[in-house]
Amino acid sequence: MKQKKDVQQGTLALMLLKTLELLGPLHGYGIARRIEQISGGLLSVNQGTLYPVLLRLENEGAISSDWGPSENNRRARFYRLTPAGQKLLNAEKRDWEQTAAIIARFFEVKAEDLA
Amino acid sequence: MKFLHRSFRRLLNFTTRRRADERLREEMEWHIAALTEENILAGMTPRDASRHARLKFGSVETIRENYRAEEGLPSLETLLFDVRYAFRSLRKSPTFTIVALVTLALSIGANVVVFGVLNAVLLHPLPVSEPQNLYQLRHKQWMTGRLLTTSYPAFEDLQRRNTTFSGMAAINAYVHGDMSWRNTVMSASGDEVTSNYFDLLGVQPQAGQLFHPKDKLRPDAATYVVLSDQLWQNRFHGDRDIVGSTVEINKQSFTVIGIAPAQFHGTEKFSFPDFWIPMRNEQQAEESAHLQGRRSALVTVIGRLKPGMTSQQATDDLNTIEAQLAKEYPETDDGQPLRLIHPGLIGDEGDVIRGFLYSVTFLGLLVLVAACANLATLFAARTADRSRELALRVALGSSRQRLMRQLLTEAMLVSLMGGAVGLVSAHLLLEVLNRSSSFAGTLTVSMDAQVYLAGVALTLGSAFLFGMIPAWQASRNSPLQMMKGAPAGSKYLRRFALRDLLLGAQIAICTLLVMASFVAARAMARALHIPLGFQPRGAVLVHLDLSAEKEKAVVQAALNIPGITAAGSVNRTPMTGGLHGVPVFRPGAKDFKLSNSALAPYVFTMSPGYLSAAGTRLLSGRDVSWQDNTKTPFVAIVNQTFAQKMWGETSAIGQHFLVSGHLTEVVGVAENGKYHDMQETPQPVAYLPMLQAESDEVIFVVRSKLAPNEIEAQLERSLSGEERNVPITVQRWDDALATERFPARAATVALGILGLLAAALAVTGIFGMAAYNVSRRMNELGIRVALGARKMQVMSTAVGRPMMLLGVGSSLGMLAGVFASRLLGQIVYRANPRDPAVVGCTILTMMLLGAAASAIPARRALSVDPSKLMRQE
Repeated sequence: MKQKKDVQQGTLALMLLKTLELLGPLHGYGIARRIEQISGGLLSVNQGTLYPVLLRLENEGAISSDWGPSENNRRARFYRLTPAGQKLLNAEKRDWEQTAAIIARFFEVKAEDLA
Repeated sequence: MKFLHRSFRRLLNFTTRRRADERLREEMEWHIAALTEENILAGMTPRDASRHARLKFGSVETIRENYRAEEGLPSLETLLFDVRYAFRSLRKSPTFTIVALVTLALSIGANVVVFGVLNAVLLHPLPVSEPQNLYQLRHKQWMTGRLLTTSYPAFEDLQRRNTTFSGMAAINAYVHGDMSWRNTVMSASGDEVTSNYFDLLGVQPQAGQLFHPKDKLRPDAATYVVLSDQLWQNRFHGDRDIVGSTVEINKQSFTVIGIAPAQFHGTEKFSFPDFWIPMRNEQQAEESAHLQGRRSALVTVIGRLKPGMTSQQATDDLNTIEAQLAKEYPETDDGQPLRLIHPGLIGDEGDVIRGFLYSVTFLGLLVLVAACANLATLFAARTADRSRELALRVALGSSRQRLMRQLLTEAMLVSLMGGAVGLVSAHLLLEVLNRSSSFAGTLTVSMDAQVYLAGVALTLGSAFLFGMIPAWQASRNSPLQMMKGAPAGSKYLRRFALRDLLLGAQIAICTLLVMASFVAARAMARALHIPLGFQPRGAVLVHLDLSAEKEKAVVQAALNIPGITAAGSVNRTPMTGGLHGVPVFRPGAKDFKLSNSALAPYVFTMSPGYLSAAGTRLLSGRDVSWQDNTKTPFVAIVNQTFAQKMWGETSAIGQHFLVSGHLTEVVGVAENGKYHDMQETPQPVAYLPMLQAESDEVIFVVRSKLAPNEIEAQLERSLSGEERNVPITVQRWDDALATERFPARAATVALGILGLLAAALAVTGIFGMAAYNVSRRMNELGIRVALGARKMQVMSTAVGRPMMLLGVGSSLGMLAGVFASRLLGQIVYRANPRDPAVVGCTILTMMLLGAAASAIPARRALSVDPSKLMRQE
């Protein structure tokens, strides 16, 4: 059995924003499923923990939410990315890529490169 | 930005809490339902599907908690809980709460009132443009009245010659008169001002217009009058049509040209003029040209400095001019150096008023500090009693910080409630004070934003002062220790040391305040018994608008009324201001330069009988008579100081001196008195007979046992002919002097109230400590009694410590009082805290307070019944 990874602090919000950017308005359940799907089931996350994060992002103005009919015609809350959220996502993405690139360089470096 | 946005949303959520909760519940339910469905589709049994769904979703409660933490304002929420809890726990001990509330309300209320007065009198600038470079010219020496600067011609010289002022205006604030309008007569007093007055002060009218220098050219300019807002509202009902109509002041017609703005009351804070008339009108209003003379100082001079000028430069400039004037007019101008002060507080009285108000504010704050010490003791005792509860809460996982916050919330709550009550009562009290006329003259002390802010600051400050101590104490104790009940020995002692310190400090402060109020009461008693040189009690002052020739008729008519024992007239009664020295010379003097004058006494002109009506004793010689007129030799009565300074030990009767160019013989010597104010040193005075000297005003003094209105009615009846319809005002002389006695009275009342508050605090402090002591040590006392302790021993255990603190605290407080005599001197004239009567009264009061406060706890300690106590345990 594969070891599942815990979600790193702060990355859940980023995944969430990216998912919304990719797929447009989604309800909480939908977002949880997509994240699971994209991560290839490697992430272990209690799906409920999404909700406090969603609320925080909403309070920050990065996403907005509204009631709407779900696939099975029940009332569900749909979250969508706001322009502010888009900007936030872009900035976070840049940051993340930069961090990843720096870390990658540390991993790739060999002793003789530094001589 | 992000933070703001989030906080705002949180606040919004906080108010719409219920709806948000509902939303989360719905979302979670739906999410789990969806997960369950998914699992069923994957082939699970419904039971397993639901279980797995819940596992995958995570703990609903944790999520809800996180959600809530994200959603609302957690600190605000805990605050709400704390407040609710504090309310509950305060309600459980009503006595404690009420004592704390009353203590705070009284001391905060007192401070707010004091600060309100300070704010209105000192902190509010005059409502004129750029008050900081507006100055009043004063003579170096403090002799010629409180406000008057110089003669009108000298003012014109100063105005013309100075190079440092952008403008200078003169005010004569002594225009009293009857104003009549449409058959109603009212008495009003106004300022006579130079035509540049309003321009200099930068005042704009609220209706009509004000007068300006260029108006001088108009023929009717001399009859302009500007009304104050107050007069306009009270007497003319704010009718705008009054502008342009005619009113009569002292039977002269004036045209109302405008109304001054509501907030403008002239340049004095304690007396507001009802109207302003142009200075040149003096001739019209009073039919004499005395403005032209250089001899008497009749005007107050104010000026605005040119930009960039310092007051020192201006003073030097003015003094050069003064020296020139003294050379040019040696007979009238003495070249007294001038100095500049800010107008508003009755000339140099400003220093006195400032000192008084700051000192009372300081003492008021001391009361508040004492109250805080008192409350800190109460709160500390309460916290100690609740230590079990607190320990339990710590043991159950409440953080120390949380506990401290809880205790502080309680203190803050008490403080806020007390502060609110204090503010409201201060507001009410100020309203009552404003309505009573003797309080601060015409000044209204209003509660503006600054005063409220001060009240809130005091409230919060005191909450921290008395809330921090118990909170800090509670946070230091370990729960285990607290659970055990009685703290361990060493800690026990240390806690009491702190409480002792608080009580000691409180008693010291209270003693100082009690002492201060005794000092003030003593000074007041002394002020009431200063020999005035006249007897205001039993005499009335009669103002009658009459030409000088009728004086004799009035005096004689008054003397014919049964019940009137003496009557006379004088140009001006003592202590009504406006006095200035008149130079007198020795017989044979040729050169009437001021520098050659023998003396500069105050001069009164009077009718025969004035001295006996005023109650001034004639020590030797005779009174003046109706036969002393311009056809007979000039005579005068002088007072002891005059006689002594002129002729030493030789009898003054029959001696001569020169006054106003007349060789005058002394025919009588009268006793010394006070003429300008209570504090003056003995001044020389000459009384001239009315028929031999000019007088511009006349006041009748009537001594009688009749009530003032009876005198008025009788006098009206006995006056015949044309005097019949002249308005008569009759006033008790005591009432007329009320303003002169106001400072001493105000000091006594202010310090008396602070002293009473302090005494009450001392009682509650000692009582609280003794009672607490007894209740905590009931068991110990019971055992001691059972073991055969004597009454004295029990007593000393029960109330020994508070009594010792009372002794130490009061000694310290009295020492402080003795060293603070300078501070007290600011409040009452010639305060002497070393006065044995003051010291004795203070000691006695503190002892009585101590006895009263510890009587109940001591009785409780003595009535300990060991058998009962043993059974209780």
